[in-house]
Amino acid sequence: MTDVLNVRDLNVSFALHESEVHAVRELGFDLRQGETLAVVGESGSGKSQSFLAIMGLLAKNGRATGSARMGDVELVGMAPGKLDAYRGKDIAMIFQDPMTSLNPSLKVKTQLAEVLVKHQGYSLDKAIKESIAMLDRVGIPAPERRANAYPHELSGGMRQRVMIAMALLCRPKILIADEPTTALDVTVQAQMLDLFKELTNDFGTALVMITHNLGVVAGLADRMMVMYGGRAVETGTVDELFYDPRHPYTLGLLSSTPNPESRARRLNPISGLPPSLEHLPEGCSFNPRCAFRFDRCLVERPPLEPVGEGQRRKACFYEGPLVAEERSA
Amino acid sequence: MSAVEPNVPGSAPLLRIENLKKTFSIPTTLFRKPLTLTALEDINFTVEKGETLGIVGESGCGKSTLGRCILQLISPDEGKVLWLGQDLTELKPEEMRKRRQDLQIIFQDPLASLNPRMTVGEIISDPLRTLRPDLSRTERRARIIRMMEAVGLLPEMINRYPHEFSGGQAQRIGIARALITEPKLIVCDEPVSALDVSIQAQILNLLSELKDEFGLTLVFISHDLSVVRHVSDRILVLYLGRIAELASGEMLYTDPKHPYTRALLTAVPIPDPKRARMRDVEELMGEVPSPINPPSGCHFRTRCRYAIEKCAAIIPPLEEIPGGRLVACHRWKEID
Repeated sequence: MTDVLNVRDLNVSFALHESEVHAVRELGFDLRQGETLAVVGESGSGKSQSFLAIMGLLAKNGRATGSARMGDVELVGMAPGKLDAYRGKDIAMIFQDPMTSLNPSLKVKTQLAEVLVKHQGYSLDKAIKESIAMLDRVGIPAPERRANAYPHELSGGMRQRVMIAMALLCRPKILIADEPTTALDVTVQAQMLDLFKELTNDFGTALVMITHNLGVVAGLADRMMVMYGGRAVETGTVDELFYDPRHPYTLGLLSSTPNPESRARRLNPISGLPPSLEHLPEGCSFNPRCAFRFDRCLVERPPLEPVGEGQRRKACFYEGPLVAEERSA
Repeated sequence: MSAVEPNVPGSAPLLRIENLKKTFSIPTTLFRKPLTLTALEDINFTVEKGETLGIVGESGCGKSTLGRCILQLISPDEGKVLWLGQDLTELKPEEMRKRRQDLQIIFQDPLASLNPRMTVGEIISDPLRTLRPDLSRTERRARIIRMMEAVGLLPEMINRYPHEFSGGQAQRIGIARALITEPKLIVCDEPVSALDVSIQAQILNLLSELKDEFGLTLVFISHDLSVVRHVSDRILVLYLGRIAELASGEMLYTDPKHPYTRALLTAVPIPDPKRARMRDVEELMGEVPSPINPPSGCHFRTRCRYAIEKCAAIIPPLEEIPGGRLVACHRWKEID
């Protein structure tokens, strides 16, 4: 399968008053055509900032270095004017709160049609027709009527569908979704996840799903990347990581997640708190919370290295079996 | 309502809610009549001593309003909130204040619910100022320290301010504040929703430890069905202000009766890829209707695949069915 995105040595930092905070460090991964990659981590893990950097959407004090190549096109460091030729066309991004991404003073159809007029050179009429077809495609009932609505007139689920429609108008190769279902009710979330599955299948779009919800990952993704303290700590297929995690943090996340199908008496949380990016621990960032740490972890940082023959990787020195109590198979 | 067992003196449940109703008035334009939003109606249930009752539902179902009605933080329009047989809605403010020793609450947003200008010690002991003014300084301090230790905060943090704490630690402070009056019942309103997964598990374990240690009864409100399953003995499912179903956690999750409960459960993502791929999602169409203008009859009928004409005409009563459970559906037997 061909890669649609190759990220190497991506670093993101933010300039503060007197210091610099490193939000993402030495991130590298490949995204394959049509696959769904889940990027999992807790607040401050760098999962959102990595992709904002790739999209050229960092805050003013943010700086990205390294490489994110979409075929022959290098996205990191590209001037915003040039980026606009690709953003929304080849690579699109949607966010948790659609209301903050939609323009409240423009009708839905105007916002959608603009994308096609700009990127595909469609006439306004043709663009509006195409937009309405796409609203229909993402499951919006009475799309002609909804196209004439303003964003505030739509429910949360509808707005997220509008965002998805807008993101897919130009049939992008890559869709990045940053916690797209977190603000939605669980029944609406289920509808959205189904829609993502269907659309990525039909359009062959590669989907990056940024989320903290392992339930969402299990139902949707092919591969996953777990981030901690600004770095990738484990990558592999969803089955590999769920059924045979090799990084203690991945194991900790899984053991912290309640399963609605089986009621364990106790969860096995990870002790302690996520690190502050300004004061990352020496050695492995996870070491203060890790039950498997040994001397080396305190002084040396484990690189992200292949595990066995396959494609999976982990950043951990510990080679023994990871066993948590009450882990169900 | 047939569901309510007779009130035998001496065996009164810790908390009994009877025919509770709460409406809010929504102002429209200047000369128009305000709209009425019915947040809760026909709410009947009991909470037994020592149990954890989970309350689940989607946005706008009235779960938080219900929690606040139990504590009399908002007064219901109709109905009774019986605490050990005594109706809290009838109490004078002064009497209610005394009762608050027994009934406490933990909020969702831990940092927003803590006064930023008070130290941790002041925050935790704040309820004692009004509820236990008789305690001496040393007694009060001893209690603060005991609570901080119980919730896993270091006693030397006593003079710090909330902004120095993470979300998980702030929630521990909120829990310590709720515990310091030695309450019998705590309403937990989405206590872990704002927390990261690893921290969420810590707080859930803490709540269950504290429940055993202090003999607490919990009312646990959440939109997260996995979390509710994990903590609850019995679970109440709300839909647009009415009870859809009430059953033990085990029964509800393995054998749901109400079509809404069924759909809700199949919508919960399962953190297990193989199970997730095998699963049949009973997808619900559309979204929750507006509580300002809810559907006639059964509120759920507009999204229900089993709805018939009767469902639009008649509100299904909350029926007691075998297993000590309650369900409000005309057709639960047929579709079972």
